[in-house]
Amino acid sequence: MLRFTTLQLRDAVLAEDVVHEAISAAISSAQYNGRGSLKSWVFAILRNKIIDVIRERNRHPTESFIEDDENDDAFDGKGHWKKTHKPSDWGQPENNLDNEQFWVVFEICLNHLPVNTARVFMMREHLGFELKEVCRELNLSDSNAWVIMHRARSQLRKCLELNYIRGGRLS
Amino acid sequence: MMNCKQATRLVSQSQDRELSLPERIRLRFHLLMCSGCSNYNKQMSFIRKAMQKLRER
Ligand SMILES: [Zn+2]
Repeated sequence: MLRFTTLQLRDAVLAEDVVHEAISAAISSAQYNGRGSLKSWVFAILRNKIIDVIRERNRHPTESFIEDDENDDAFDGKGHWKKTHKPSDWGQPENNLDNEQFWVVFEICLNHLPVNTARVFMMREHLGFELKEVCRELNLSDSNAWVIMHRARSQLRKCLELNYIRGGRLS
Repeated sequence: MMNCKQATRLVSQSQDRELSLPERIRLRFHLLMCSGCSNYNKQMSFIRKAMQKLRER
């Protein structure tokens, strides 16, 4: 929780405050109805708090988000998949969503994304911002944001394929 | 015909913006012809589903 918040807010002290606030809000709130796990309840509150902080905070132009494009070595000179990098058939991957081992690998893969890439990806896919909002919050152009999202998804895909699918854990 | 690099880029962008009609047509055509990109496309939907599931965990 703390690691996730720190990643989003880029401020360890602030992140600790926000997590504490979310936990005490969760404890003192009468809204928790006992359904669903307490962890996801706290996370729902935390997510809203992070969004508030990001929206309120004065932002400075952020560091460069575009690094070397690692996706590129998946393709040959004509832009077609190299044999070794061509995505394989994952069958029915949804079957893995109930598999604890899958989630272990998935979270490791998420944690392996470069920090800037992860921040954009998590704002979009975990906090549920529209990409337009992410661009506004982080001072990114649309095309930068698309490049970053594409890179994040491709890296996650590759990580899952190498460490989960080819690891023979596909159900 | 678009290549795989362009096709995967459009697959990803389709999760963040509405593709234009020509883009959709060209992409669909490529996906029919290319198993690598077609797998990529399915895996992108799966990753989005996993991220949604992650929120509920
Ligand atoms: Zn292709």
